[in-house]
Amino acid sequence: MTIILNGQERMAPAGSSVLALLETLGLAPGRVAVELNGVIVRRDTFARAILSDSDRIEVVHFVGGG
Amino acid sequence: MKSDTLTIGGRSFPSRLIVGTGKYPSFEVMRRAIEASGAAMVTVAVRRVDLSKSGDALLDFIETRKITILPNTAGCRTADEAVRTARLGREAGLSDLVKLEVIGDDKTLFPDNEGLLQATRVLVKEGFTVLPYTNDDLVVAKRLRDAGAAAVMPLAAPIGSGLGVQNPAHLRLLLEEIHDIPVIVDAGVGTASDASMVMELGADGVLMNTGIAGATDPEKMARAMRWAVEAGRLAFEAGRIPKKPYASASSPMEGMVRRDGPSA
Repeated sequence: MTIILNGQERMAPAGSSVLALLETLGLAPGRVAVELNGVIVRRDTFARAILSDSDRIEVVHFVGGG
Repeated sequence: MKSDTLTIGGRSFPSRLIVGTGKYPSFEVMRRAIEASGAAMVTVAVRRVDLSKSGDALLDFIETRKITILPNTAGCRTADEAVRTARLGREAGLSDLVKLEVIGDDKTLFPDNEGLLQATRVLVKEGFTVLPYTNDDLVVAKRLRDAGAAAVMPLAAPIGSGLGVQNPAHLRLLLEEIHDIPVIVDAGVGTASDASMVMELGADGVLMNTGIAGATDPEKMARAMRWAVEAGRLAFEAGRIPKKPYASASSPMEGMVRRDGPSA
């Protein structure tokens, strides 16, 4: 299936969870925040949040700022 | 009241200086500057993870057991954008603190008062501890306070300008009127005397980033800012002398040794 990850199209196996996606990306779940189709996904539900075709996902983290 | 304690939303921080984490030449320089500043709270931005590269993570260079992370909504131009970013920041940091920015003008980065108020109301309702970056307008500050902001953060000068306090009269008025929540002067501090001046006016704290990160020696400037903030606060608490137009001698005039005649 195709998902939109941080504004870019990307292929992901059907039925992937948010947690599986983060693992594929090599990202520590404890360091990021995830939004799925505009709604925050709580960290403790990453494993249960299942992605669907054409979902829009935002994965953010902290960077330097003032 | 302890000179070096800043209380925001019922939480106490052992420094009145809050520093940013942007614009440093490296994370290691940032780490040393934060330590030298003595700050107990640092601001961070919330951005998309860059999936094309992997590198050091900011949080690896911040001692999060001792230092509170204050996510900002920098770059947001509408209340909606700021609320969305604040929610993401809360998830990433598991803290309800947010430095709320809604920018209304690209050249000056001045705040959009209407958007700021709107976003403050929404976020307060959602349980956030909201620290809005605002201009030095007393009426706006009062509205933000009434909307439930945990502090107000008026600017000294435009973000990153290093101009120092451009409008001390307005800042003084604001500091005279806002007492129930902390007033933290945010943005525009260029050097140590700017920070001292802000604290001498009675600010509860100062937030700065570029003034330290952009200095030739950020670690040294961070130490200077730490002392400047402490000195300014102590001077405020001590109560300065009134300004007078003429001299008043510090040494007694009695008992002067004169060439001729008896002592005066």
